Amino acid sequence: MSTITLHDNQHNSHDDHGHHQESFLSKYVFSQDHKMIAKQFLITGVVMAVIGMVLSILFRIQLAWPDKTFPILETFLGKWAEGGRLQPDFYLALVTIHGTIMVFFVLTAGLSGTFSNLLIPLQIGARDMASPFLNMLSYWFFLCSCVIMMASFFIQTGPASSGWTIYPPLSALPKAMPGSGLGMTLWLISMVMFVASSLMGGINYVSTVLNMRTKGMDLWKMPLTIWAFFLTAILGVLSFPVLVAGVVLLIFDRSFGTSFYLSDIVLGTTILPNEGGSPILWQHLFWFLGHPEVYIVIMPALGISSEVISINSRKPIFGYHAMVYSLIGITTLSFIVWGHHMFVTGMNPFLGGVFMITTLIIAVPSAVKTFNYLATLWKGNIRFTPAMLFAIGLVSFFISGGLTGLFLGNASLDINLHDTYFVVAHFHLVMGSAAIFGMLSGVYHWFPKMFGRMMNAKLGYLHFWLTFISAYLVFFPLHFLGLDGVPRRYYAFTEFEFMQKWLTVNVFVTWAAILGALAQVAFLFNFFYSIFKGKKATENPWDANTLEWTTPVEHIHGNWAGEIPTVYRWPYDYSKPGAKEDFIPQTVPFSQTMESNLAHDFEGNSEAEEIQKNWNKQNNRVED
Amino acid sequence: MNLRKLINPKLIAVITVIFTVFASTSVFAQAAADVTVKPVDMDAIYKSISYYVLLFVLLCMFVAIIGKALKIYELTQAVQDKPKAINWNVVHGVLFMIFMVVGLYGVYWEYTVHGNMTLPEAASIHGAKIDNMFNITLILTTIVFILTHIVLFGFAYKYKNDGSRAKAYFYPHNNAIERIWTIVPAVVLTVLVLMGFLTWRSIFFKNEDPNNKPIAIEVISSQFQWDIRYAGADKLIGLRNYKLITGTNTTGIDFKDKNSWDDQRADEIVLPVNKAVRFTLTSKDVIHSFYMPHFRVQMNTVPGMISNFEFTPTITTAEMKTKTNNPAFSYVLLCAKICGSSHYNMKKTVRVVSEEEYQEWLLKQQPYLNNDLRAEFKLPLVAEVAVSDPIKKDSTLTANQPALKK
Repeated sequence: MSTITLHDNQHNSHDDHGHHQESFLSKYVFSQDHKMIAKQFLITGVVMAVIGMVLSILFRIQLAWPDKTFPILETFLGKWAEGGRLQPDFYLALVTIHGTIMVFFVLTAGLSGTFSNLLIPLQIGARDMASPFLNMLSYWFFLCSCVIMMASFFIQTGPASSGWTIYPPLSALPKAMPGSGLGMTLWLISMVMFVASSLMGGINYVSTVLNMRTKGMDLWKMPLTIWAFFLTAILGVLSFPVLVAGVVLLIFDRSFGTSFYLSDIVLGTTILPNEGGSPILWQHLFWFLGHPEVYIVIMPALGISSEVISINSRKPIFGYHAMVYSLIGITTLSFIVWGHHMFVTGMNPFLGGVFMITTLIIAVPSAVKTFNYLATLWKGNIRFTPAMLFAIGLVSFFISGGLTGLFLGNASLDINLHDTYFVVAHFHLVMGSAAIFGMLSGVYHWFPKMFGRMMNAKLGYLHFWLTFISAYLVFFPLHFLGLDGVPRRYYAFTEFEFMQKWLTVNVFVTWAAILGALAQVAFLFNFFYSIFKGKKATENPWDANTLEWTTPVEHIHGNWAGEIPTVYRWPYDYSKPGAKEDFIPQTVPFSQTMESNLAHDFEGNSEAEEIQKNWNKQNNRVED
Repeated sequence: MNLRKLINPKLIAVITVIFTVFASTSVFAQAAADVTVKPVDMDAIYKSISYYVLLFVLLCMFVAIIGKALKIYELTQAVQDKPKAINWNVVHGVLFMIFMVVGLYGVYWEYTVHGNMTLPEAASIHGAKIDNMFNITLILTTIVFILTHIVLFGFAYKYKNDGSRAKAYFYPHNNAIERIWTIVPAVVLTVLVLMGFLTWRSIFFKNEDPNNKPIAIEVISSQFQWDIRYAGADKLIGLRNYKLITGTNTTGIDFKDKNSWDDQRADEIVLPVNKAVRFTLTSKDVIHSFYMPHFRVQMNTVPGMISNFEFTPTITTAEMKTKTNNPAFSYVLLCAKICGSSHYNMKKTVRVVSEEEYQEWLLKQQPYLNNDLRAEFKLPLVAEVAVSDPIKKDSTLTANQPALKK
């Protein structure tokens, strides 16, 4: 891009510090460079996603063919699939670890970790994060947490298996189920490390966004991605500590004989000494994080899709301010809705009414966002890059999953839907599908920035269509199981007469899931192949406005060779009437685009308006 | 992507993987065979797995070949200076349109086919209200779902970049429109919230009529069973204390409380039709969930805490059999909260019968209090029946008991 004017070189020192010799260890392993850390997060996230997906295929096979034996399973899983059939305890372990991996490792660390790290410095014009060391530490804590979680597959009693929400007393009493032994201890340790990682990341993101924006980058000129990451980080910083508190208390209950969550418990005929605790306390603490967590998962995806949809529609995002305010609204409201997970826990019904009101209010900002996406597409000039396809897929899933949320947020309806497959279908559409699509969209879009090469578009198309179709085929029918009162986390549907009619549906859903899983092979191949062999990327392959596309393709430490560019305008000047190109990067001053400036570009700066007026007069330009 | 370069290492890798899997599995199989003595012929299974793996590899190669062919086609077009061979934007626009049409039909099919496989009409008074709310929400959301998807895929088709327009329409915001689509959902949601709130209150905040008390039933969950206690002649459930649980007194009923003397044990839940019933729920070990989908009833059972659910069944099992056209129909109680390995099989039959049948059934149910327990609680033993024997000297004892959690 020729528009960056390199002024005098008073910051020459920066050039030097980007070019000192780096060893393999400091460049690829213990890197403090945000771009490398982003790649580490992404690749770890992709690996965890594949593991999570394989686990889901395993239990889908059990659900579809509960009476058949698969000796190959015994080969790989040993006693957990004795005789070629998954054991009920292991089935529960699979759903538990699948949920944990997907929610925390893939959609929190893999999504926020990757794109916040990559894009925050690049899009606000900073040379790196506020604290690169903390950033590195954040990754290593995350990796340790993943390793510990996976290690629980290799212990005698198996991984934690009381569901990803690990409600005590089931999770607190090692005698209640095998998974609540050492496996649960590992789960808790892993989660403490994960939260430490998230906090270090979050604090870093917040301070970087607040303190390190380049000249001219005021808050209202930030891309929506940055807004989303910023607000996500705030959510995480405020809510994750509560989970740690809960987890530490649970560790105390398990290992030191306290009674925070335990009271009046008899296992068989053994009367436990614990008194005075309440299992409900855990649920409050867990969901105080847990609900913001689902927004921690979806908001970065929404930010990414805002950016991708705007770029590929060649149109400004519709209602930029409304988009930001709705993100802020979601952030604020998400702290006061956690009780909707607890309508039927025996919590005071008065609270149920209150939480229902706050929950349904949160649908308003979500609706605004959806409509704004649609309005952005309207009269656009849409390029269907793989990233754009996934962003459109996200909007579709966000609508579908969001609408089913209206059922579950309604306390009266939740009585019969709570803990059924309806819930499973709902959050797999809105988190499992929408957020994953946001992540994939981001990967396809920023791959050239990360690896300097392009991914194969056609494989991307194939990947999108197979995934999009199979995701709907998997999750749409599951709603109806829920409407028939089939509870989730059931090992087999064979014990109840009324569930048996769903066995054929389960077979169908499993085949659809296998199709979806195989489609990911197209992605994985494309991803790893393109890292090494992809077509070389240009500096700005998508004709985008934001700052990251002004950095050189070859990564340098400190991001920009010369001075950090100055920002003059918002990031969404696409297809501006009068402009020669259909995009005007943020670094182009208004003085160079006199033919396309609009009155409101100057935000009430009367001097600038005057200059523009005179120019218009001289050049016979009429503003529309 | 050079086809030759690509496929050879891949094929080799795949073959190696298959080979290792085979080798290790046969070793394991042999080891297993040594132990169990009964060797299992697994050849057929491995064959079928390698068959699927090969099938997938073949599919990948097929995809690679198609990709290659497309690339060659595009290159030849480019060499001949012809316009872009395939406009992928048009392809995707059309695909979105097809997806929309097929998808909408799919939704219709799901609603009519799978929708018909869901629960029959609610068999309780509040359940009918819930179903009513559900239907209203379903209609509203379905309208929004279909309209927004038509708009989404319609726009994707209509505004695809097919080269006909140089630029998109610069339209950054319109405050009036934004205000409308903030306020309209807000109003609709307010209506839903109000309805939901009123329904919720009508379910959980009931005015007690002292002359017409609901039938009291206590359900205690444990891994993996439900213990059911009917209140007996005095219509009051006696106290219980988990510390009293023994092999004979499995739910810890406190027989110092006279109210529990006539409490009856039941193996199934039997309810008279059109009579309010109040379930008192708690758990012995972990959290379970008392879920009776046909009545739209669910409440968690939490150790150390009492929860309640009061409702009125309106349809007897016999009536439901004819309504659903299913002679095997039966109401069920299931566990909806993950509770351990047999979570999926924690059931109890529920029957709704006429008042007479109910009374008849109730007479047959045995009291919890038997002579073993009488001995345990130092109550005078009785000669079989005489549950209603007044034992006055114990009344002082009960009065001095500290108020136990109820």
